[in-house]
Amino acid sequence: MDIDRDAARTEILRIARGEDSFVLHECVTCYACEEYCPMGNHPFYLIVQRQEKLDIPPLPRPLIRRGINMGVPFRGEPAIREINGKALLIAAFADHMFLIQGRIFEGLPVISDDPRKMFHYFCQLMYLHYARESVINERLPKIIDTIAGHNATEVICFHDECYGAYNSYCPAMGIDVPFRTVHFFEFLYNRLLELKDLIRPLNLRVAYQRPCSSRLSPDKHHFVYDICKLIGAEAVPRKYADENAICCGGSIEGQRREGSRKLALELRRLNVSDMKDAGAEVCIFNCPACYHTMCDLLSQEGIKPIYMSDLCRLAIGEQPARGR
Amino acid sequence: MNITDFKYEEIIHRCFRCGYCKFPVNWMDVNNCPAYARYRMETYSCGGRLWLTRAWLTDAIQWSDHLAHILYSCTSCKNCEIKCPLGINVDIINMIRAAKGIMVEKGRIPKEARDFLENIQVHGNPYGIPKSKRGDWMGATSLEIYKNQEYLYHVGCVGSHDTRVQEAARKLGRVLQRGGVSFGVLGRDERCDGNEVKNMGEEALFEMMAQENIARFNKLGVKKIVTLSPHSYNALKNDYPLYGSNFEILHYTRLLLNLIEKDRLHLNVNIPVKVTFHDPCFLGRWNSEYDAPRRILAAIPGVKLVEMERSRENALCCGGGGGNFCMDLLGGSPDSSARRRVREALATGVAILAVACPKCLTILEDAVKVEGLDDRLIVKDIAEIVDEACGTT
Amino acid sequence: MRSASSPQEGGNPTDIYQALIDIVGADHVSNRQEELYIYSWDLGTTEPHRPDWVVSPRTPEEIQKIIFLANVNKIPVIPLGGGLSLAGLAVPFRGGILLDLKRMDTIIEVNDRARYALLECGVSQGQLTSYLERRFPGLTHSEPGAPPAATVAGNVAIHGQGDLGHPYGFNSDMVNGLEVVLPTGEICRFGACSIGAKWFTQHPLPDVGIFLGWTGTTGIITKISLRLFPRKKIRGTAIFVVDNEEQVPDVFHRITHTQMAEDIVAFSQTIPPYASGLQHFTINLAADSDKELEFKQELIFDDALGDYIRRGDGGYLGFTRGLQHPQISKTADWRKGGGFEYVGSIMPVSQYPECYRRGREISERHGIPYTVLGRCIGAAHAMMFSWTYAFNRADQETMRHAKDAMHETDELALKLGGTIWKPGLYGQSLVMSRLDPNTLTLMKKLKQLLDPNGIMNPGNWEVP
Repeated sequence: MDIDRDAARTEILRIARGEDSFVLHECVTCYACEEYCPMGNHPFYLIVQRQEKLDIPPLPRPLIRRGINMGVPFRGEPAIREINGKALLIAAFADHMFLIQGRIFEGLPVISDDPRKMFHYFCQLMYLHYARESVINERLPKIIDTIAGHNATEVICFHDECYGAYNSYCPAMGIDVPFRTVHFFEFLYNRLLELKDLIRPLNLRVAYQRPCSSRLSPDKHHFVYDICKLIGAEAVPRKYADENAICCGGSIEGQRREGSRKLALELRRLNVSDMKDAGAEVCIFNCPACYHTMCDLLSQEGIKPIYMSDLCRLAIGEQPARGR
Repeated sequence: MNITDFKYEEIIHRCFRCGYCKFPVNWMDVNNCPAYARYRMETYSCGGRLWLTRAWLTDAIQWSDHLAHILYSCTSCKNCEIKCPLGINVDIINMIRAAKGIMVEKGRIPKEARDFLENIQVHGNPYGIPKSKRGDWMGATSLEIYKNQEYLYHVGCVGSHDTRVQEAARKLGRVLQRGGVSFGVLGRDERCDGNEVKNMGEEALFEMMAQENIARFNKLGVKKIVTLSPHSYNALKNDYPLYGSNFEILHYTRLLLNLIEKDRLHLNVNIPVKVTFHDPCFLGRWNSEYDAPRRILAAIPGVKLVEMERSRENALCCGGGGGNFCMDLLGGSPDSSARRRVREALATGVAILAVACPKCLTILEDAVKVEGLDDRLIVKDIAEIVDEACGTT
Repeated sequence: MRSASSPQEGGNPTDIYQALIDIVGADHVSNRQEELYIYSWDLGTTEPHRPDWVVSPRTPEEIQKIIFLANVNKIPVIPLGGGLSLAGLAVPFRGGILLDLKRMDTIIEVNDRARYALLECGVSQGQLTSYLERRFPGLTHSEPGAPPAATVAGNVAIHGQGDLGHPYGFNSDMVNGLEVVLPTGEICRFGACSIGAKWFTQHPLPDVGIFLGWTGTTGIITKISLRLFPRKKIRGTAIFVVDNEEQVPDVFHRITHTQMAEDIVAFSQTIPPYASGLQHFTINLAADSDKELEFKQELIFDDALGDYIRRGDGGYLGFTRGLQHPQISKTADWRKGGGFEYVGSIMPVSQYPECYRRGREISERHGIPYTVLGRCIGAAHAMMFSWTYAFNRADQETMRHAKDAMHETDELALKLGGTIWKPGLYGQSLVMSRLDPNTLTLMKKLKQLLDPNGIMNPGNWEVP
């Protein structure tokens, strides 16, 4: 949205009062304002609340219904086993176990390692894109109980959005989280420090695709650069990085607003050409949704898409496992 | 028979017989199951085998020699597990093994299988050659008997007793010496690792063999083992830990690659030849090792690697697994997978078909002869090619 | 006509077995219980019936000799391709010789200028797809949803449809020529090949219609020349979703009007939950450049379906590059039971909503997770609509339910104004009871003319 400060002030106050605003219709749900607000007032959560209340969903009704149904676990109850130590929560990405193999993850128990049961661990925050805060609030307490049932002393969140759910959304909504969480990149960084002797500099020029949910934990964003420095990867200077990052557009392309599909495509192209112009050889991902949305275009432009955990494995002389 | 006694009672009926198991990953041919390739009857496909097992266990059919032949024609190549789109895929070979196990318990297995297992039990090898001869392969080499060196070089039954493969075993030893590796062999004291025994359903015998080997290795202070055969590699690495072993296991291709990359092996001799590589099932599909052999070949000056259309996880099994390198249930026809495979190799225009498995070596070399291709295609173990490239020949 | 339980007219079984060995070799004949057991089964719910011999020939001449033998001894002959019709079309209801044709799997020729492939009858879908991808990447064929082990000829013979159904029609519309062994043993060719020309066209020579849709009861196809089509560099699938089944025919109509898609399928199913109660469209697109792809997507999603999206009634879920081989086998595992069968029908597209609703009701009544699908044929001239019923092979009760559900659905398909595609015995009897009596009489005459001894796949399409 291209608006000035005064207009922004006017519209946020309208929204705060529960009134309609063009912002509610034009928000692409990139989460960025959560990071921008210096007062921590959670403007994005407010937008989502109002969108739901005023029935202004960004997505068409069938996609909302589909998304809500997708999060329903239907293959039996989860197997809760007591861990009493650190654990990695891969949550709704249990079909991506190939991303957490090798020495970095040796001996680390995984919560939600069964793809059939993974939606019992789904943080639900995806429904912010759907204007369905009510679904999040309804389901999240049970998810938290399930995770807490494993009795882990520390839960390392594989996906940014899980970490954001338990460290940003839950406090904002007054939902208690009875376990300690660690950001995935913080974990990776600390493990690499422990395995420092194995690191051989990669000498790669890299760009980072910052997922929307990363906006919920801006205090952890520096780990991207800390890791790159440690493994000898040069994070190329880009226009659309950090606070100015462009989201992958995955949720935008299905939005109702006219021109959304094209907008998503344009944003993707802008993002990738920014990486290319900056000389990136590799694009690093945390989020599988971003990865699947962008990997084709990146490959066409000669930039290799890779997950952060796989990049770290390469740095210690391992080969990434193949997904089956 | 009582299906409730069958460990996989809950899942064996889930096979749909869709036929995916007959194809390689790249779909290029319906003949990627060696038994199906040979016989082209649905009974010999993986799906047919599972349905027949269930039919037998529910008394819809009776045991017969033919049923046993069908079961034992499975080489455990794992193509079916990789291709099957259903959740039962991880247990397909387990189911077939379990069915073979029931036949073993009842003493109703093919004669060839019975001879194989009896020979293992009595002589420690499937050929029926006396144990005392196990070390003869060493010949006049300067290879040392194991006495606390860094590595135990485990040769396996085929390397110890098959005259052709003995050459490869000796050459590997020579290459390891050349690379300055500290290793020893057990010679006549070596015993079969049991990989085929397990795949033939003789679980109890396998357990005994594993425990005896582990005790032997521990007594000798073995810490690291390098194997000639991927079959041995598989058993020692993946099965023996269940019985308490804790050794570091390498297939020789990984060790050789390491030596080459660390400049401890110098490949000085130019070998200007086109080579294709046949992926052994127990190195490739079973243990996901497709790269080390290729990187070794790429490091040899003059060698040009040409891939067959069915390579890596698509590779067509030579037909030797599941004891078939000795039982030969899949031979006797131009449709045998070994003969198909050498024809495929020839079609790439290469002069050498490289292998990294003793069973592949012996079976594919025989197939070359039967196909009348001796003057056009040579089968060589990678160890032999490296030996030549080192100038140790 | 001999039945499985009565002795043959003519020669005794031992002599016939030896005669078969003399024709194809001992490795390719079996009268052993294992082969008879396996080949007695269709993968659906049809009751098994054992053949007396299973034979795997390699050449049309071998088939010819087998047919001569069968005629003399009045033995049924049942040709089998991939065996994936799931309608019992190659079950030896009266015993006899089951011919497994899959050894005849040579791809004889691919002519890239005239765009056709000349195939033996046992060539599988997967084999052809892979061959074209590796050797002729500019060509493709219309691959059906069956597992890739299904044969090309078998699918054509049952009027199958594939992933080029929208622009090019039924797979049986893509035939340039056939070689057939008649029930009396003659080997005939149809199409330009029959006058010594290349296999590039069927028309305008006399028709091959009497071998397609007759489930092997009029002869055995041994070679087929199949039309191939341009394969563009980029192929993939876009997804569109609506939640109101009444909108499906209109969506089909709009997409087909653009003439931009390669394949259009609408489906709905209970499992996984995201698909339940919704209608997903998978729309295959092909392009030689990003520009072409974007143009097609613009026409379809921004223009033709734009107002659905803006109103919030329909959702676009993106385009994914690369076409997957069909994974239909997973449907068999939904009840963790290794089985499913389906009623396929050829229906007017306008009937999609009712087909969906009634099919869902039948499934739910039988305790089966519902699965329905409609594939567009031509410019929405028709759709192949299927209702799938999964069962657990280890649980006879679920098989009974599946069978009952299918019989109900066979009746439903006809009631809703469609026809049953590749019906099993029950569906065949329903169709024949409605067929024009003169047409029925003609069918009988043709069968008697071609197959005077009634040996070809008896039990199927037997006009009373």
